[in-house]
Amino acid sequence: MLILQALLSGLLNGGIYSLVAVGLTLIFGVMRIINFAHGSLMMLGMYVSYWLFVLWGVDPYLALIASGSVLFAVGVLIEAVLVSPVLEAPEHDQLLLTLGISLVIENLALFLWKADPRTVTVPYLAVAPMVGGIMISSPRVIAFVVSLALTAVLYVFLKRTDLGKAIRAVSQDREGALTVGINMRRIYALAFGIGCACVGVAGGLVVPFYAVDPYVGGVFVITAFVVVVLGGMGNFGGALLAALIVGLAESVAAVFIPAAMKQVVMYTIFVVVLLFRPQGLFGARRA
Amino acid sequence: MPSQYVIHLAVMILFFAYLGAAWNILGGYAGQFSFGHAAFFGLGAYTSTLLHIHYGVSPWIGMALGGLAGVLLGLGSGFLSFRYGLRGPYFALVMLAFAEMLRLLFETWMSRSYPLGLPIPLKGTSLLDFQFRDKGHYFYIILVMLIAVTWLCHRLARSRVGAYWMAIRDNEEAAQALGIDAFAYKLLAMAISAFLTALGGTFYAQYFLTLEVNELFGVQISVEILLSAIIGGAGTVFGPLVGAVALQLLSEVTRVYVRAFSGFDLMVYGGVLILVIIFLPQGLLEGMRRPYRAMARALST
Repeated sequence: MLILQALLSGLLNGGIYSLVAVGLTLIFGVMRIINFAHGSLMMLGMYVSYWLFVLWGVDPYLALIASGSVLFAVGVLIEAVLVSPVLEAPEHDQLLLTLGISLVIENLALFLWKADPRTVTVPYLAVAPMVGGIMISSPRVIAFVVSLALTAVLYVFLKRTDLGKAIRAVSQDREGALTVGINMRRIYALAFGIGCACVGVAGGLVVPFYAVDPYVGGVFVITAFVVVVLGGMGNFGGALLAALIVGLAESVAAVFIPAAMKQVVMYTIFVVVLLFRPQGLFGARRA
Repeated sequence: MPSQYVIHLAVMILFFAYLGAAWNILGGYAGQFSFGHAAFFGLGAYTSTLLHIHYGVSPWIGMALGGLAGVLLGLGSGFLSFRYGLRGPYFALVMLAFAEMLRLLFETWMSRSYPLGLPIPLKGTSLLDFQFRDKGHYFYIILVMLIAVTWLCHRLARSRVGAYWMAIRDNEEAAQALGIDAFAYKLLAMAISAFLTALGGTFYAQYFLTLEVNELFGVQISVEILLSAIIGGAGTVFGPLVGAVALQLLSEVTRVYVRAFSGFDLMVYGGVLILVIIFLPQGLLEGMRRPYRAMARALST
């Protein structure tokens, strides 16, 4: 029963990871930039949802629209002002830049909202039905369903619409995309914005069951890196599958090992995959 | 007689200049950016301190042993990373992962025996125990360490080894085609850098006399180590010193004028990092040289 419970919660967590990781992998696939600030942006999304609920009593699921659009705007702004000047810079400079961005965002949040973990209690979500001895946490199920649905919408957008095809074209061949008249500047801003919106919505989705504090992003960003690397950098479908695998592995492992070691396992997977299978389980760079 | 406050500030400037210079050997000259130098730093601090507390080993000897432990860790992590061709951001992130793994392991280990941090027993002023009541002594020690590492960088930069490192940094394939064993020379840079960083860890332990796992192995110290080198100018002899002066003075000024809160330093550092990467990717030192060169050019024509 313990294992079944672990499998369920692992699967549900995997859904959230997929939305976080898909944003990260989209940014990487299109711009070849590893966004170290991804976790901090998720934290921002969580605070947007938290404050809307606390100040105006906005339902957390209605607030997803806000956290998604705010983070989209923040993403477009960051891309235009900070990231675009370093697009041609060495890769480690780009990583340092996003590190700088995350330092500013995290510590600004610390300044504005203090370090205390904050939680949101939504009455109608408190019910946790038991099915066959397994507790089903409703906010986690909702988070899972919405995450997968959004990932699917994004997938269809990238596959079917002209804009989506332009984004994929850029990720596959920059020069080629430029030749056929695709506006690169717009695509970069859009990709970065969408990536940030994904993680913003993911932040909003976890607020009903996960306490928010300025450093909360660090927990998710490592997982997201593991997922993205495991799925193959820039590989959209790979990220989705890898997210579910990581979610399951993590919560099953948690049954057998102490909680502090859970993260060690995560880092170990990360290192092992990067060293021995850097292209990931499903091959890299196919957005 | 300068006040203890001024001495402390000077010690911190020299300390971060020293750590930045140690990082610079691997990051600046050999071009391998590590985001996880906290691993070596913490290992050095804990090696000398645990040996001192449990076996009465003088921290000076512990410092050397900590340095060796750093070398072993550096060779191990370097072997894995370089053997499997990790570069650029991937190398940086793997080093970060190594440091984080060590942090979690030490946290689990230390929280059992020392839940409130590891205190170093105070023995008063004793050269053998690397403990002084007067901060001035620490100032001279870190000054000597900084001069030694700066001299080493100066010599290395002009040596064959230094030339190989820079060739690897600028174009690894081309360097290999010319017959440079990139793997071996990157490992060498890693070993030297890890050794020096671990020595810095022991200095930190003896200066602050208490060890907190999250402070010694945390991401924050990894960032602070590389920051002075990056801000000042990676791959230059005096860059780390310039960067450390700028960052420490900036953080003092903001601490005095802005209502301080924990994390403010990091926010300022993040802002400076962003500005430097965008506007002065070669670092402050290069930025200072630029107008000087322009003037020299104008005078010569």
